[in-house]
Formats: sequence, structure tokens, C-alpha cells
Amino acid sequence: MVLSRQADEWAVSLNRQGRMPTYVLNMGQEANSIGALMAVRPDDWFVPAFRELGGMLVRGISLKQYYLYWYGNEWASHLPIEQYHMLPISVPVGSQVLHAVGIAWAERYRGSDRIALAFMGEGASSEGDFHEACNLAGVWKAAVVIYAQNNHWSISLPWSKQSASRTLAEKAFAYGFPGVRVDGNDIFAVYAAVRLAAERARSGQGPTLIEGLTYRLGAHTTSDDPTRYRTAEEVKQWEARDPLLRLERYLVRKNLLTDDEAAKIREQSLACARASFDEVEQAPDSLLEDAFQYLYRDMPDIMADQLERRKA
Amino acid sequence: VKVLTLIEAVTDALRTEMASDRSVIVFGEDVGLEGGVFRATAGLQKDFGEERCFDTPLSESGIVGAAVGMAVAGLRPVVEIQFSGFAFPAFNQIASHVARIRNRTRGAMCVPLVIRMPYGGGIRAPEHHSESLEALFGHIPGLKVVIPSTPHDAKGLLIAAMRDPDPVIYLEPARAYRAVRQEVPEEAYTVEIGTARVEAEGEELTLVSYGAQMMEARQARAALAAEGRSVELIDLRTIYPFDGRTVVDSVRKTGRLLAVHEGPQSFGVAAELMSTVMEQAFDRLEAPPARLAGPDAIYPMPRGERHYLLTVEHVLAEARKVLSYEP
Repeated sequence: MVLSRQADEWAVSLNRQGRMPTYVLNMGQEANSIGALMAVRPDDWFVPAFRELGGMLVRGISLKQYYLYWYGNEWASHLPIEQYHMLPISVPVGSQVLHAVGIAWAERYRGSDRIALAFMGEGASSEGDFHEACNLAGVWKAAVVIYAQNNHWSISLPWSKQSASRTLAEKAFAYGFPGVRVDGNDIFAVYAAVRLAAERARSGQGPTLIEGLTYRLGAHTTSDDPTRYRTAEEVKQWEARDPLLRLERYLVRKNLLTDDEAAKIREQSLACARASFDEVEQAPDSLLEDAFQYLYRDMPDIMADQLERRKA
Repeated sequence: VKVLTLIEAVTDALRTEMASDRSVIVFGEDVGLEGGVFRATAGLQKDFGEERCFDTPLSESGIVGAAVGMAVAGLRPVVEIQFSGFAFPAFNQIASHVARIRNRTRGAMCVPLVIRMPYGGGIRAPEHHSESLEALFGHIPGLKVVIPSTPHDAKGLLIAAMRDPDPVIYLEPARAYRAVRQEVPEEAYTVEIGTARVEAEGEELTLVSYGAQMMEARQARAALAAEGRSVELIDLRTIYPFDGRTVVDSVRKTGRLLAVHEGPQSFGVAAELMSTVMEQAFDRLEAPPARLAGPDAIYPMPRGERHYLLTVEHVLAEARKVLSYEP
């Protein structure tokens, strides 16, 4: 969690220095994807949206590889299936939930008990693909857990203008499966909810929709200025519920962590973030051939001609 | 060898691959119990079970999006979109994921998915049932797009598509489903994607078409032959990656090109063929490359279809123009 936070803070600083292009922030939401990924098996499928840095670190993605994505290199998403069992970051909002449903169907067809855990933001619940995914998941009793991070803001649009539903979780009832709401800033609550939903899915009882109530403490991306649409008071209220502070206080109270150790973890995490980005910056850019040779297994002659002309 | 219609050849290809490869699954709207609204999947659910050939909710984006997940996870889904005009809700999945996942993951993942859909007009159908979208699909990097015009190619191209490691849009000419019969081998065979077929050789004009429009092109060639004119007829078969070489080789021999298709003219397949010929056979041209295509108009409802479709007379008139051109 601390590494995710420090990685975000360092990335914002890099962006201000002009060294990092547009970067998506996870600040304040870390407990959601981290708690969720810790509650499933390492070979269960992980289908991210684009605000799940913590979950990706749990899955074994290095911070360097994660930075490489926002730095603008497709090699960041070179994710061998056997190693990671996860899909790459998906930008088209909500579209990835359908992939999780299909993956779950395929795993059951082959007799495997792997489940699929998909992420989305609350704004994605207004997209047609969310509806189609929930509907298919319900009809197929798919072994899928759909985790919606409700951070209250889709860029500038608040939940009250996103949906007339009181909660996001209750949308699940219309598709014939349970929807639950958890405190997404409480990593233990997230873990428990996902654990239960995963067991339900694995035992053939079908999908669960989990709404994790959380808050984006930072901007939507480094190109966004949230002071234009939300109040400082609101942010302050959520800063008091920062999942990192809550976990840190809990651990200190339980004598599992000292203030010195916490400071050291922060320091080490920042050093890791700095070193990871330095490596990314020093790595060579993608090659001309890279832009051509991964569209098809065998490059069509038409594209081979276009590549030769570019080289000339 | 057995004599099949084009749609029977589609069913035969599906049956052949389902029998030999358990990773092939077939689904879509009404494809299971009913066997599809055109009956392309007739009998498959009975023979292979509901697990491998099944009906889905009315959910085009859902069908394609779920198939993406299945394909990435190692299956070989073959999905049906009931009519190509219903493909639009699935366009985001097709353009944003189906076509891009191999590139996005630098080859770590692929999407061996076949999306079948009947296309084209002349079947007296309601609005949205007669679209020709091959140029749209052909313009999306990462897709392959094929269109058979004969039962033999229908089976061979579909088996090739199912075995392809990359996604293939397989467009079926609805007007030709039961209009063409041909001997088709019983066993599995493939027609290589990316190859055109010289259907009949000739010396004076290269006539290129594909899909249902091949029926008028064949009649036009026969009528011209009766007048003593020699026309080479090419079935393009693959829209992307198209076989420019076969077309160029032919035009280098004949010196004249006429490309004919049902879909809209502007930015269409014929435009691409003409450009290719201009680039690669300019020095051998004896007439400006010509095209005959559908208008840039919305496909009319049945009482107006005749204003859109190209008849053999249209093809003949244009072919004569190209044949008689003198600088």
C-alpha cells in the first residue's frame, strides 16, 4: 500500500517535471485492489480497469513495468498468461467486465476451478457493457467477482448525477445475483467481502457484485484539476479516512508496527519508485518494427511493404 | 465429395472443426435450439450438446466481449451476429479489444475468434438487415476480413478462420446462401486467407468482385464471352489482407480493371484495388481503372432495393465502357 502511494506521489512529481506523460492516480483507493487481490488465488484471473496499481503489485507486476505503461510503452502489457493470469490495463470504460465473464466461462468449460476478478469504476456502471456483462454473468452463473471501486467521482461527475440508484451494489439484484457494499478504505473488509464472493464463485453459486466505497484523494489523472468540481471540505473528510492511515494506526495499536518502521517503509518505497522510474527512463524506446509486427502472428505483405517504406 | 449450398458449406465447416477440436464453441442469438435464423448452425446443438452450441441473450457486445475472454483463455469461439447491421453495438469490443489485444500485449495474448455474420441486400429484409460493412471492418488494424462467394471457399475459408491465431470477420453473402451449389470435399481443408482466386482466365479485362456480387459478375463475363470478348474474373475472397498481387498480375496482362461491389463506393474496396493497380501496373494500363459500386446511400427498405443493387446489366454496361476505352 505504501509503495503504491509513494509510486503515485513520485509519478505526479515526475509529471510536473515533464518526465512522465499523463498518469492515472490511485491515491486513497489502494485498499480496494490490494485487499481484493490478496483474497484470491494467484492463478485466479485478474481483469483490471486502470486504477489498480496496488493489485498489480500484489500480482507480481514490478513498479518498473507499471511505470512503463504510463510512460507510453506497450511492452508494459506483455503479460504471459501462465505467469500472471491477468489481462492488461483496459482503458475503454466498463468493456473489460465482459472479458472476465468469458474467461470464467472458459475455465469452467475446461473443468478448472479458477475464477475471474474484474475491476471497474462506478462510472462504468452507466456503460452498456456493464449491463451486458452482469446479465450474461447472471444467466451463465459465471464464476466471476465484479469489484466496482466507487470513488464517488467520474472525473467531474458525482454519483448523484451518474445514477438514480441509491447504491451501485443494488444493481446486482436486477441480474439475479447478490450485490454487496463494503468500506473500500478498510482493507480487512475488502478482503473478507472478496474472499466470500470468490468462494461463492468457485463453488458454482455464481457471480457477486461488490461495491467498494472509497475516494480518489488525488486527481483523475495528472491532466485533471479536481478543485474545479469538488470542495476542499469533502477531500478533508476523506483524508481522515485514508486507508493507509487507518491500517498504520491499527498496526501500531496492535504493536505490529512502530512509527520508525513506518517511516522506513515510506523511505524505502520512495527509493524504489525513484529507482524504478530511472530504469524506465534509461530503457530504449519501442522499435519501429514493434509498431508493425504484433498486429498479427504473421505480418501481412501489405504491412511488410509499409514497414520497408518507413525504413527507407 | 457432396453437393452443398453456400450456407450448408458453412454448417459443414463448423461441424468438421467442432468434431476435431473441443476448443471450438459456437454461440449467438438463436444459434442453438433454432440453428440460427438462416439455419447456418442447424443440428450443431443436437450433435455437440448445449455446452458447445448455445443461445445467448440479445447482447451483441456481450457476445463478442465474452468471446474475447474465452479466446484469450485458450478457446476458439465462433460467434454469430444475426445480421451485420446488428454489429454496431459490438463495435467497441471489436475495434478496441478483438483487434488490439495481440498488439497491446506485444504478442503475449491473442484472440483466435471468428465473428460470422450474414451481410448484404437483396433478401427483402427490414431496415438494418442488408448492410455491407466490409470496408469498415477492413479499416480496423488487427482484423482479418473474408467473404466467400462459393460453397467450396465458404468451407475452406471458415476452417482457415477457425484455425487462425488471429480474429477473423467472416461475412456471409445472405443473397447467395442458397443460390449457389457446388461439390465440396467431405474432409477438412483450408483456403488460405489473403489469397484471391482467378475464377476464369481472360485477356482483355480484369473483372474483380466478391460475395453475392460475384453472381452478376459471372453472368456478365458469360454474356461478354458470347460476344467474343475475353474477361478474366477474380474473386477477391479476402478483404483484408487483400491479395493485391493477383489483381495486379492480372491487370498487367489485360491492361484494364473493373472492380465491382455492392457496398458504398466512397472509401470502398474498389477504391483500394484501383489505387493498388495505379501504383503497381500504371505502365500497363490501357484504360483508367474503373469501379462500379453501391451508392453512398443508406440501404433502402425492400420497395426501394432495386435502386441500390447492381444488376448484370449495370456490370455489362460498365465493362463495355472499359473494354472500348481508347485514349
